[in-house]
Amino acid sequence: MNVLSIEGLTVDFNTAEGKVRAVDDVSFVVPENRTVALVGESGSGKTVISQTIMGLLPEAASITSGRVILAHPSGAEPPVDIATLERKGPQMRHMRGNRVAIIFQEPMTSLSPLHTIGDQIGEAALLHRNCSRAEARELTRDMLRLVQFPDPERGLDTFPFELSGGLRQRAMIAMAMICNPSLLIADEPTTALDVTIQAEILKLIRDVQQELRMAVLMITHDFGVVANMADEIAVIYHGRIMERGTAEQLFSNPQHDYLKALLNAVPSFHMEKSERLVPIRPIEINSAEMTSNRPKCDVPPGEPLVELRNVTKQFTLRKGSFLGGKPKTMTALDCINLTIKRGECLGLVGESGSGKTTAAKTILRALDIEDGEVVYNRGKGLENVADLTGADLMDYRRRVQLIFQDPFSSLNPRMTINDILTEPLEIHGIGTPDSRAERARNLMSLVGLDPRYLRRYPHSFSGGQRQRIGIARALTLNPEFLLCDEPTSALDVSVQAQILNLLQDLKRDLNLTYLFVSHNLAVVDYIADRIAVMCRGRLVEMGETRKVVAKPLHPYTKALLSAVPEPDLSAPLDFAALDANRASEPHLWPDPFKITEGVTPTLVELEPGHFVCAPGLQNTGALKGTAA
Amino acid sequence: MLYYILRRLLLMIPTLLVISLLIFFIIELPTGDYITNQIAALRAIGEEASIAKLEFLRKEFSLDKPFFERYLIWIGLWPGPHGLDGLIQGNWGWSFEFDKPVEQVVGPTLPLTIVLNFATILFVYIVSFPIGIYSATRQYSWGDYGFTLLGYIGLATPNFLLALLLLYGFNRWFGMSIGGLMDPQYIDQPWSVDKMLSVLAHLIVPTIVIGTSGTAAMIRRLRANLLDELHKQYVTTGRAKGLKENQLLVKYPLRMAINPFIADIGNLIPSLVSGSVIVSVVMSLPTVGPVLLSALQSQDQFLSGFILLFVAVLTLIGMLISDLLLAVLDPRIRLGGRAAS
Repeated sequence: MNVLSIEGLTVDFNTAEGKVRAVDDVSFVVPENRTVALVGESGSGKTVISQTIMGLLPEAASITSGRVILAHPSGAEPPVDIATLERKGPQMRHMRGNRVAIIFQEPMTSLSPLHTIGDQIGEAALLHRNCSRAEARELTRDMLRLVQFPDPERGLDTFPFELSGGLRQRAMIAMAMICNPSLLIADEPTTALDVTIQAEILKLIRDVQQELRMAVLMITHDFGVVANMADEIAVIYHGRIMERGTAEQLFSNPQHDYLKALLNAVPSFHMEKSERLVPIRPIEINSAEMTSNRPKCDVPPGEPLVELRNVTKQFTLRKGSFLGGKPKTMTALDCINLTIKRGECLGLVGESGSGKTTAAKTILRALDIEDGEVVYNRGKGLENVADLTGADLMDYRRRVQLIFQDPFSSLNPRMTINDILTEPLEIHGIGTPDSRAERARNLMSLVGLDPRYLRRYPHSFSGGQRQRIGIARALTLNPEFLLCDEPTSALDVSVQAQILNLLQDLKRDLNLTYLFVSHNLAVVDYIADRIAVMCRGRLVEMGETRKVVAKPLHPYTKALLSAVPEPDLSAPLDFAALDANRASEPHLWPDPFKITEGVTPTLVELEPGHFVCAPGLQNTGALKGTAA
Repeated sequence: MLYYILRRLLLMIPTLLVISLLIFFIIELPTGDYITNQIAALRAIGEEASIAKLEFLRKEFSLDKPFFERYLIWIGLWPGPHGLDGLIQGNWGWSFEFDKPVEQVVGPTLPLTIVLNFATILFVYIVSFPIGIYSATRQYSWGDYGFTLLGYIGLATPNFLLALLLLYGFNRWFGMSIGGLMDPQYIDQPWSVDKMLSVLAHLIVPTIVIGTSGTAAMIRRLRANLLDELHKQYVTTGRAKGLKENQLLVKYPLRMAINPFIADIGNLIPSLVSGSVIVSVVMSLPTVGPVLLSALQSQDQFLSGFILLFVAVLTLIGMLISDLLLAVLDPRIRLGGRAAS
């Protein structure tokens, strides 16, 4: 039977510019013990629908027409039309947390930092189940056990800041489950998590669903998640449902152009090198005359441009005080050796906290390193970057630029786009005001934006447009080497395809070299020539993309690859294998990969051009072709 | 936790030493001292006879010694003419102007100063807390605008002007005699219930006057903090659990917004003392404010030095209290070390 039936739902927002229709005549149903995925880009109205069901719509929004009917699967309570209930009234409060529960995207901010997990989870039980504090605590413990908290008893009294992102999301799920709701809304539950943790959380949602037989409404833009979770799919675009059907129907035979386009925009493994993603809104780039006034680069393609040699970086977590207490340090980079050749794109992959971004920043000389050296070839042989001063350093800064992860916080909101794009030129004293303005106009058309937008401020652009501005800013000085720090992780798939294609075109036309940092293996697989995998500050595997993806040698790389959900129904995630694979602990890796305290992570060339971190093999020399 | 308190208390010792050195240095910055000024004045009118006594005082209080020696004698870490006899030993020094020990000059004013400060802080918190919450939860309502306007007036009105206006008003309409901290007939009388009531009645106006600007600032700060917190995700989470709006407000965003409120206890004290000097003069309140003013004017160095150090101690205690309260209220501060990984 249908737990949730939405019929002709229309939601309007009253804004200063008049009414804006966010959801337009939407109808779909979520049956008991089934998962329905609501798929669409950001701004398509997905979240407004979830807010409507929860009765959490903002003041400015009003339900113009339609019905949202929530039925009790066992018939214990009569069906209720949520659309007619007062949002802050007692009836709606009775539904919230009790019959409908929600999991949010950001586990970091959706729990109060000042209250224990047990307190926050048990609260819902206290509100709806009419139980005592002791019973609520007991229930909470059971819930934490259900979501596989490592130590439920201790977990009750921990604070959110003491837990990792994955554990916080588990706590959120426990909180949503405690009153045994008939409908669970999961609003992008894994978007903010690493792939390995994402797989665990998805598995958990499925397990819990089977146990409690609840209906799940999964809101996401990730087709990999959809393919692994959904029984039925509804595709939404600009507040309208474009297409509805079972997962098999929609993946095997998409009807609507928008769905086809979305599916084509997702990078997946096994794509041919020549195959291109098809963004929904492709951008034309115009790269004519963009490479004049570039500092000359005499390094021939294929020669090493940058090398990291035994780079070690430690962060001080807490300073020791003069009354005692040792300073605590954390090793972010442990003896990293990495070579980036001119003209290639090296993908740097790993979970959050693995040291990817730190590695990129050391190359940029934004961080000082404790040990080792970063060398760069400016056409005069490899020079240590740390020794550059004065004019040499300025020259280095012109050659190496960074594209940031978050397009929202990396642009100064008080500067116009024109100021943002010409500032690097002013800092380096390049050109006249006229030529700088000309350069800014060219850059805008290079990244496919209208030069008339130059006088606007960043807030008037969408995320994808801002990221293009970020790329344009990085290109202002005509660098030869670009560090891309997760440039697409904050963006929708369709925009991601746009940005990835842009980066590829620019690399071809402007003859650039990339270090592409990402936690998304499919993206790296699409754009990178070689892959380097990092874990806990160590480089664990490096080699040609093809080889590493097709035949990973290191246990961590294998775990990482097996956790990527593919937008393909025929290749589902192997959830059963996940439990055993807690592969991000270096001291738990099997020999010869095992790394304990004090062991230098050494790379061994197991196959030509394919290096693996295996300290146990370093004395036996290169074992070509005999790798496990 | 015990270790933390102990560590904080130990840390206060070096802090106080540094503060006392700074105070002593700054007080001695103007050329000359009280005695040399007196001697010069007497010389000018030809009164050579009294000079001998002043010279004796100079020796007595080691004003002829070098700077660091004088400082160490003052705080009692260096033997002076009478052996180790300084602040640490409980000797607060000698006031030249009043020709009495400092203890006798400031002694009666200290408890009243503390009472007045305490009452003012209480006033600031009691008034600003509900208003701040009201303004934040009903942002851009008429009430919010009204309190905002009142707050700006409170911030912008000079304290002494407000004092004069209230003095007049209270006297005119409530028939209260307002100057001083108690009715004249109780001065130098032993404590009684009537005397207590008289003190309380006299506290009203100075508390309002001194506390107004602090209250206005605190309202604005609480409003801004709470507004930030109200739109955080965890508030939505709480609402999604089915919490009532009032329960939700008190349990989650208010707890978060209260931190700066507590952290301000230490900061409030020095600003209240320095802010109350002129008000105390205008309202002839027997607090340390007016004494400090005259001591600074006449370079009565031991007296002013002691009062400044007293305020510093109050501040440090306020800081300690707010830090301890923060540690109790905010697990992130209390357990910060545990979450290292």
